[in-house]
Amino acid sequence: MSATATAPLATKAIRGAGVQYWAPPLTVAAIIVGLWYLVSYVVLDPSQSYLLPPPHEVVATYWNPKIAPDMYEALWNSAKVALTGLAIAIALGVSWAITMNQAAWIERSLYPYAVILQTIPILALVPLIGFWFGFDFTARVIVSVLIALFPMVSNTLFGLKSVEKGQRELFQLQQAGARTMLTKLQLPAALPAIFTGMRISAGLAVVGAIVGDFFFQRGEPGIGALISKYQARLNAEPLFASIILASLFGVVVFWIFGWLSKRVVGSWHDFE
Amino acid sequence: MPDPAAPDTVAPAEAPADAHRGALLDFDDVQLTYPNGTIALSGVDLMVRRGEFVTVVGPSGCGKSTLLRIASGLESATTGIAEVRTDHVGYVFQDATLLPWRSVQANVELLAELRGHGKAARKEAARKAIELVSLTGFEKHLPRQLSGGMRMRVSLARSLTLDPELFLFDEPFGALDEITREYLNDELLRLFVERQFAGLFITHSVSEAVYLSTKVVVMSGRPGRIVGTFDVPFDMPRDPEIRYTPEYAALVGEVSHALREGHTS
Repeated sequence: MSATATAPLATKAIRGAGVQYWAPPLTVAAIIVGLWYLVSYVVLDPSQSYLLPPPHEVVATYWNPKIAPDMYEALWNSAKVALTGLAIAIALGVSWAITMNQAAWIERSLYPYAVILQTIPILALVPLIGFWFGFDFTARVIVSVLIALFPMVSNTLFGLKSVEKGQRELFQLQQAGARTMLTKLQLPAALPAIFTGMRISAGLAVVGAIVGDFFFQRGEPGIGALISKYQARLNAEPLFASIILASLFGVVVFWIFGWLSKRVVGSWHDFE
Repeated sequence: MPDPAAPDTVAPAEAPADAHRGALLDFDDVQLTYPNGTIALSGVDLMVRRGEFVTVVGPSGCGKSTLLRIASGLESATTGIAEVRTDHVGYVFQDATLLPWRSVQANVELLAELRGHGKAARKEAARKAIELVSLTGFEKHLPRQLSGGMRMRVSLARSLTLDPELFLFDEPFGALDEITREYLNDELLRLFVERQFAGLFITHSVSEAVYLSTKVVVMSGRPGRIVGTFDVPFDMPRDPEIRYTPEYAALVGEVSHALREGHTS
C-alpha cells in the first residue's frame, strides 16, 4: 500500500507567514496611536487636555510608584472575581446542557429559562444581588456568573447535539449505555463548541467582574472601582491607564482560551 | 434503542430446521410497516450462510438499507421472523463514521473498547485488523489526514476487530471513485476468502454486486420486495479479469434486466 497522507493544516501556513500576518493589525495600531496624539495635541485646547491625555503620559502611570501598585492590585482583585465567575459559569453551563440533553422533556422544561437568563437585563438584578449576598466578592462573582453563563449553556448543548446519526448508531450497536455515549461520544464531539462558548464567556466574565466592581465596592476594590474613583476625581492619566489595563485583561483571557482550544481540539477541528 | 434480545430479531443458538442449517442470517416473510402506513419491506425471505456473500441490488429507496437495519437490530420487523444466529456481527456504514478526534489506532479499537475488552487484547486485535486492510504505518494519523478510501478501510478494520461471523455492508463504497472502489472490492474479496464470514452487501451497482458475491438478490421498491435471485458461478478468489468475460457480461445483463422489470412492474 503506497497511499500517502495529505492534509497540511491551514494554521501552519499562517504561522509560517510571520511579518505578513502581523503587519496589518500593527499598522492599524500605529494609526490609532497617531490619531490619539493628533487629538491630544492639535484638536484639544491645552486647557482641555485632561479629556484625552497623550499616550506616553498614560503609559507612564504604569510605572508611577504612587499609582501603579494600586492599579495592579485592583486588576488582580477583579481577575480573581472574573476567573472564579468563569469557572462557575463553565461548570454550571456544561452541567445544565448535559442535563437538558438527557431527554426532550427536560430540555423543553429548562431551555426557556436559559433564554430568559440571557434576556433579562442583569443590571436590573444587581441591586437585589447586593441586597441578598452583601456588597463584596460574592456579589461580584454572582454578577460575573450571570453574565457569562448563557453562552456556555447554548454552545455546549449545540455541541452535544452535533453528534452524527451514524456515530450514534455505531455506539448503539455495541449496546453502549448513556454514560459511555456521553463520555466517549457526545462530550468529545461537543468540545469544539464548548471551547467556543468558553471564549465568549471568558470575555463576558471580565465584563461582569467590572460591572460588579461599580456596584459592590466593599472588600478589596477591583479595577472597576478604581476607574470610577479616577473618573470622579478627573484623574485622567490613571483613568485611561486602568481602562486600557482592564481591556488588555479581557483580550488576554480571550486569547488564552483561543490558544487552549487550538491546543486541545485544533488537531481535528477547524475553527471557521 | 431496540432490545437486542427481542425474540423477533435475534435468537442465537436455536436449532434451525434442516433447510436453514448453517444460516447465520435467516429472514422469513419479513415485513416492515412504518407508523404512517408506508410499507418499507414486504414478504422478504433471505438466508446467508457462512462462506456465502450475498449482495442486494435495487433502486434508491427500495428498502435495501432497511433490510440491514433490521438484521443489525437498529430496527425491528413488523411481522415475520428476522433471525441472526451469531453475536459476532460486523456493520460497515455508508460513511466511514470514524470519530475525528481519535487516531486510526484508537478508532479501530473503539468497538472492542465499548464491549469492555482488555487493553492488551484490543490493541492486538487492532494491530491485526490494521494490517489486514494494509494501513500499517498509519496508526497515529487522524481521520482527516486520510483519503476517503483509506477512511473506509479504517472503518472496515474497526469491524474486523470483533471477528465478525456475519458482516453487513451498507453501500460502503458508494461515495468513492471507480478506481478506489474496484481496489477496495478486491481487498474485501481477499478478506472474505481468508475469513469465510457470511456477507450481506447492499449496493446500487450491478457490476459491483456480480463481482463480489456468490449470490445476487434483486429488489424492487414500493413496497420493497425481492424480485429475483441469481447464483454467481465464478470461482473465489476472483480474478479481476473476469469482468471482461462474456459470461460476466451476460450475468450483469440478466441482473440489470431483472432490476428494470422490477422497477416497471
